Amino acid sequence: MNALSPAPAASDGPGAEADRAVAAILDATLHGAERGTVVDSPPGAGKSTLVVKAARELVGAGERLMIVAQTNSQVDDLVDRLATADPELTVGRLHSSDAAPDPIALRHPQVLPSTKAADLLGQSVVVSTAAKWQWVKDVDPWRHAIVDEAYQMRSDALLAVARLFDRALFVGDPGQLDPFTIVGTDQWAGLSYDPSSSAVVTLLAHNPRIVPHRLPVSWRLPASAAPLISAAFYPYAPFRSGTGPGDRLLTLTTAGDGSAADRVIDIAADSGWGLLELPARHTVRTDPEAVHAVARVVRRLLDRRGNCRSERGDAPLTADRIAVGTAHRDQAAAVRAALAALDVPTGGPRGVTVDTANRLQGREYDVTVVLHPLSGRPDATAFHLETGRLCVLASRHRHACIVVARAGIAELLDEHPSTEPVQLGVTVKFPDGWEANHAVLAHLSEHRVRG
Amino acid sequence: MSLLTTLARLQAVRSGRAEPLATVLHRHLVERPMVLVPLAAAGEAGAPLAVMLGRDRERPTLLTVPQPLDRDRRFTFLAELAAELLPYLESFGEQVEVLTKETKDAETGEKTEVSRELCLDAPQIIVPNRGGIDLLGLLGRSTRFRRTAEDPDPGPYPAPARVPLLGRWLTHLRERSQVPGSSMLLAMTDLLGRHWATGQSTLEDQHLGALLAWLDPPAGLTGTEAALRAETARDERGQLLCPPAGPTTDPRFDSGLLAPAITRYDAARQLEQAGHPADPAAVAAREQDIDDLLRSILLPVWDQLWQGLDLLRTLPAAEHLPERWTGDRWSYTAHRDRLAAGEPPQPVQDDAVTAARKLAQREREQTTVEVQEALDDPLAMAEHRLAGEALAGVVVEVEAAYDTTGRSPKPRPLVTVRTADRPHADLGRELHRAGGPAKQQARLYGVDPGQGTITVQLVNGMGRKKEPEPGSVPAPGDQVCFTLFELTARQSAPLPEPEDTPWTHGGPPDRSGTEGRTEGRTDGRTDGRTEER
Repeated sequence: MNALSPAPAASDGPGAEADRAVAAILDATLHGAERGTVVDSPPGAGKSTLVVKAARELVGAGERLMIVAQTNSQVDDLVDRLATADPELTVGRLHSSDAAPDPIALRHPQVLPSTKAADLLGQSVVVSTAAKWQWVKDVDPWRHAIVDEAYQMRSDALLAVARLFDRALFVGDPGQLDPFTIVGTDQWAGLSYDPSSSAVVTLLAHNPRIVPHRLPVSWRLPASAAPLISAAFYPYAPFRSGTGPGDRLLTLTTAGDGSAADRVIDIAADSGWGLLELPARHTVRTDPEAVHAVARVVRRLLDRRGNCRSERGDAPLTADRIAVGTAHRDQAAAVRAALAALDVPTGGPRGVTVDTANRLQGREYDVTVVLHPLSGRPDATAFHLETGRLCVLASRHRHACIVVARAGIAELLDEHPSTEPVQLGVTVKFPDGWEANHAVLAHLSEHRVRG
Repeated sequence: MSLLTTLARLQAVRSGRAEPLATVLHRHLVERPMVLVPLAAAGEAGAPLAVMLGRDRERPTLLTVPQPLDRDRRFTFLAELAAELLPYLESFGEQVEVLTKETKDAETGEKTEVSRELCLDAPQIIVPNRGGIDLLGLLGRSTRFRRTAEDPDPGPYPAPARVPLLGRWLTHLRERSQVPGSSMLLAMTDLLGRHWATGQSTLEDQHLGALLAWLDPPAGLTGTEAALRAETARDERGQLLCPPAGPTTDPRFDSGLLAPAITRYDAARQLEQAGHPADPAAVAAREQDIDDLLRSILLPVWDQLWQGLDLLRTLPAAEHLPERWTGDRWSYTAHRDRLAAGEPPQPVQDDAVTAARKLAQREREQTTVEVQEALDDPLAMAEHRLAGEALAGVVVEVEAAYDTTGRSPKPRPLVTVRTADRPHADLGRELHRAGGPAKQQARLYGVDPGQGTITVQLVNGMGRKKEPEPGSVPAPGDQVCFTLFELTARQSAPLPEPEDTPWTHGGPPDRSGTEGRTEGRTDGRTDGRTEER
């Protein structure tokens, strides 16, 4: 993908390697010849830390800065991180009139919220969503911008906001979900500025001298997960985990009762991965048995009072450190209902997070339970095969990931090879979802429990 | 495919007939549309072979190309098509209504009245399937840049005068057909497929004959049997009883009947060119043979299209159709104005800004269509209810409640609805009332699965007084519906003008060469709904 950027030097410690990459990125952002700097970041490689660091460096160099993120929760999260990292930094939170900022972001005295960009021009950093920035007018352009989650931003959104800045640092994860649209866009396929493609794809097509940097170390993924995720989803931009084998330990204080849920929990605690395989069957999307199995695993994880030991010390595995990932919203709703029936709190600061892959992007948990996108399906559509969907679901965890699926996914994949038409001028994404699904499935089958 | 559509298809398999997917007609049909069946010649992309068209069921007009490789004949055909089609397309340009809008001058801030013309009606063309739409687009692509004898530099092969104009109209119609909910150029298979579910796949539904076989099977046959017969039954000469609805023809028709007829036509032409005396009549006779052949495979499709229209007209028109047809009228008017202003033909490819504008418009229209169909049709709303995006039921209790945090108390009544719907929403989630007397929002207040009720709290749309305006709050016994989704599409954000395209998108487009002004321009209009209308 980016053959020119420095290859990871394995002899070095991960910390030193990551520091070198960050230094090069900051240098390019401040002094590079190109107006754009692109950073590819694998899951949990310190993207947010980099954004905060770059923002502070730019402000330190006397610049004013705008930051573009994609969702309101990303913006609030960034504002909170910026204000926490540097109490001196004045931050503006530009928001729309129908979406009030999160109180977490506004608890810092130096954060100023407003619906009008003109009110925030005195702040060193102004943060908002791409959707809100598009409406900003009658302001002088900022000299610098940081675009966060740039691979999830659509090209047409960048077209609308690019007038607001001179130079920009684009940070994102190329392995996650591509931006989407609800209408057909074949008409523009192959055009360098296809409005439905990602902002980074368009930027690189028009600025061929920009060579993407990359962050080489995932601090989130444990040593058990990084090799698989790197090989399955980032074959041309390999990364490693910041922690070694044995640095992360998930232990359960009570013994299992021999049920399938407990056995898969034990395997996942031991190896970092677990597959709870239910009998093969074609089901509706909200497969009641699979949904119940997911809820049951979560219930048992809490009952057995897990403990997470990591470089951050020991911490109990509480509900807020567990996430359930699904492909569809109705599946998430069904899981929430099933969890409620088992008295497991969901949502909010203390509950289990249950959401779709799209909404879990950028989030991090100790343990994740995933309802496999292809479980129980009679067909494998492009939506369910999308590489990024599986990548998001399989890379949110610091300790372990448990996948619940109906048997027969491998056969389903073999019956549905990718048949998407090849469009001229469109870079073929590699690996495709078919390939990545097989790679992950092959690995998971080594950690299988039949339910 | 949604759960309800899947269910309807399964039911169709069981019942042997197509099952309804809609209770109302979701696309505007004009009183007398232009029905058009295009055929393409095998072997060359976009080479026209024949067209059967007209607005009178009893009197179709047939145009053919007796030798599809002959470029002169092709342009003669296109000139004939222009002569048939352009008068119809242009006939709506005269009758207009004048709309005035008060706007503020951007520089002086003074209020000025802006008047714009809107054509009272617009043309509508019905083709058998999406292949027909694509073929018309391809014809538009291949003709709109042609030079004619009227050009200052006509080149060695000038096209007939009105052909490039036809190409621009076809391009516009095809482009407009990409906008969800538009009705200027429609495919019959799409129209029927929106309103009925057959017991076969959507791919198989692209065969108009098979689709109609499910909708109206002959006596004694199930849909499956009738569809199979439509797809495969052949006569004693080996020809399909139900010829495909184009634009491609059956290969056995091509090789068994058409190719020999063209060969005989070619031979007669050669004799004529060699100066043989009695031959003009022979050429005309051979040409007539080809016409007869093509008519024989086009007439069945022609009848199918009218049969499809008859079926569609059994449904009452949906309430929002006039609103969406107004969009088509704007599109028609805008194209009329561009032609009148002497603008160059639509460019081959959109520039970055135009592409983004078109995408924004289509996304907005897609949302609008989905919402309006749900509002117009309980079956469409049922899809949303089943997906947890809406709830509907009968009001069982209304409890007066007030918001007393402000200076004066405001009505915030609690409405309890008996319903089996389970919206996927947390308490406090914003809801929108569908089918109410006015725009009204509510909050999800409580869910009681035991009682089978959901309570919502109305938060606005009740006037400014302490007590709600009469009729603004539903009463016990009323049927109500609330949705999680907003009932109007959001405005799209403004985009730069093409000449201000930023560095991230390659800077302003190069305007040299044949590239002209593009279709999606708003011409400075800012109401956000006018692009490419």
